[in-house]
Amino acid sequence: MKRIESVAIALVLVVLAGCGGQSGTAQQDDPDLFGEYGGGEQGGADTTGASDDEFREGSAFGDGAPMGGPGAAADNRIIYFEFDQSDVDSDYADVLRAHGSYLAANAGARLRLEGHADERGSREYNLGLGERRAQAVKQVLLLQGASAGQLSTVSYGEERPASIGSDESTWGLNRRVELVYQR
Amino acid sequence: MYFKSIVLGKSLAWLVLAAGYFLASSAVAQLRIEISEGTEQAVPIAVVPFAWTGSGAAPFDVSAVVAADLQRSGRFSPIPTRDMLQQPSTAREIDLDDWRILGVEKIVIGQLIPAGADEYTIQFQVFDVFRGEQLLGYRQPSSRLGLRRASHRVADMIYEELTGIEGVFSTRIAYITVAGAAGNQTHRLIVADADGENARVLVSSGQPLLSPAWSPDGRRLAYVSFENQNSEIFIQDLRSGARQRVSARPGINSAPAWSPDGRRLALVRSGGDGNLDVYTLELATQVLTRLTRRGSIDTEPAWSADGKRILFTSDRSGSPQIYAIAADGSGRPKRLSFEGNYNARPRVSPTAEQIAVVHNDRGNYRIAAIDLGRGFTQVLTDGVLDESPSFAPNGETLIYATRQGNRGVLATVSADGRIRQRLSSLDGDVREPAWSPQRRN
Repeated sequence: MKRIESVAIALVLVVLAGCGGQSGTAQQDDPDLFGEYGGGEQGGADTTGASDDEFREGSAFGDGAPMGGPGAAADNRIIYFEFDQSDVDSDYADVLRAHGSYLAANAGARLRLEGHADERGSREYNLGLGERRAQAVKQVLLLQGASAGQLSTVSYGEERPASIGSDESTWGLNRRVELVYQR
Repeated sequence: MYFKSIVLGKSLAWLVLAAGYFLASSAVAQLRIEISEGTEQAVPIAVVPFAWTGSGAAPFDVSAVVAADLQRSGRFSPIPTRDMLQQPSTAREIDLDDWRILGVEKIVIGQLIPAGADEYTIQFQVFDVFRGEQLLGYRQPSSRLGLRRASHRVADMIYEELTGIEGVFSTRIAYITVAGAAGNQTHRLIVADADGENARVLVSSGQPLLSPAWSPDGRRLAYVSFENQNSEIFIQDLRSGARQRVSARPGINSAPAWSPDGRRLALVRSGGDGNLDVYTLELATQVLTRLTRRGSIDTEPAWSADGKRILFTSDRSGSPQIYAIAADGSGRPKRLSFEGNYNARPRVSPTAEQIAVVHNDRGNYRIAAIDLGRGFTQVLTDGVLDESPSFAPNGETLIYATRQGNRGVLATVSADGRIRQRLSSLDGDVREPAWSPQRRN
């Protein structure tokens, strides 16, 4: 059953890839390549489980902070996944609808989808899993009004865990896609 | 200064002289070998301390390195120096009865002889204690700085003489270390001698590094770096530090693997749909050939020893399994793994019809060997999260990544699963070991 879903998603992806064109994230011609060493990550890519907890305390659902867009609470900028799965849980429908609406209303907004996997299994395969998850979120956002040119994906596989440890709860925190708005 | 043999398209011509910046050969936490298990059948051997025939203190302890190498192989059990009843350094001085009484089967003696300014000769002999015969005698010249490597070479020769198998003590390993808290980690690509000594940092980055792969001549490493916020493949020359970016398209560029002739890289790229496929890249011409076209994750390519086939991981059947395809992309992929629901990251034995994989063994990720001739799978390790197997160039041993508590460490296991060792380090996570090819000079 999962295969059929994957194939269906893949078909949608092929069509969208054709009209979406290249995203604007390639940095092949950046001459300052080596200046990147040791430098920090831009945007909110370094979101960790700790800041996740901070946000849980204060953000009342549907009140105060918007659910979508760069001002959304940290909770609403991370999508979690089941083991070895890339299907987006229906629990995230409202959150992704809000982000999709924000992107549709703000044509200049750019969102980077960073896919991650837990530590189990081989690293390169997990890079593929993280990418598949980022693509799954991308598909939902496209259906919710975002345009392909606003979205870029990257997979870090298991290389950038949000939480370090080898238990079910840690693994669950690491199987995720982070929505990182680009400045 | 830079590579002249590889010509790249303009947009990818990253010929950068970064030696001073990247070749920080500062002190790095060394790996320490711990013999874990499998040594009970080892051959008792005596490596007698080599006599220093010069004046003053000996410049290097050759026999200590030789004994440690032989012990690390798991096939030999060097007796402690304090148990030796005599310490001969010439054949004439050997009293065979003194060794027979200790149950020692082979004896290694030698001398370190000065041969000019900072030049030396290591002279050594190997005897069979019971037959009283010399098995090997050799003089190995060395500079002062080369004494460690020359000592490994001596161990290689002894190992080959006594087992009939090429020694790998002169080889090196590349690996990745990660230190720091989540969100603020430093990733390093390190190359060390096979015994963990002489570790030096090749690359240090605040972003992930992964998948180091040795060129067949042992002079270059390909690896993946996220330094530009995306996975990209680089090739770096070990001596000069010069490096090139060879694949940096939007999306994933990963899992480099050199062809046996060193002319091509197998690698993985994602299309616009994010789907991973295996390609080959001819380095001199930049000609890219796509090998797989499925909507599955196709990744982790590895070349067969003859360079005619490429093995890879694919989840086209619903779970990751190993497949092989002709290196020119012709024909249909053939599935090679059938036991269990997770077989990934194949590595081909250089000497046998065998591949090593990461295998899910009742919920544990372990290194397994798949016998391609007979088709059965043998689990070689007993960890929980074992990964990244890499064969020694003689095919006898695999190095892989495992866990010790919450930390990543390296370990080795013999290809038959009988001898296991752990290489501990003092700090940080150690992962993704890649065993170098044999040194040819």
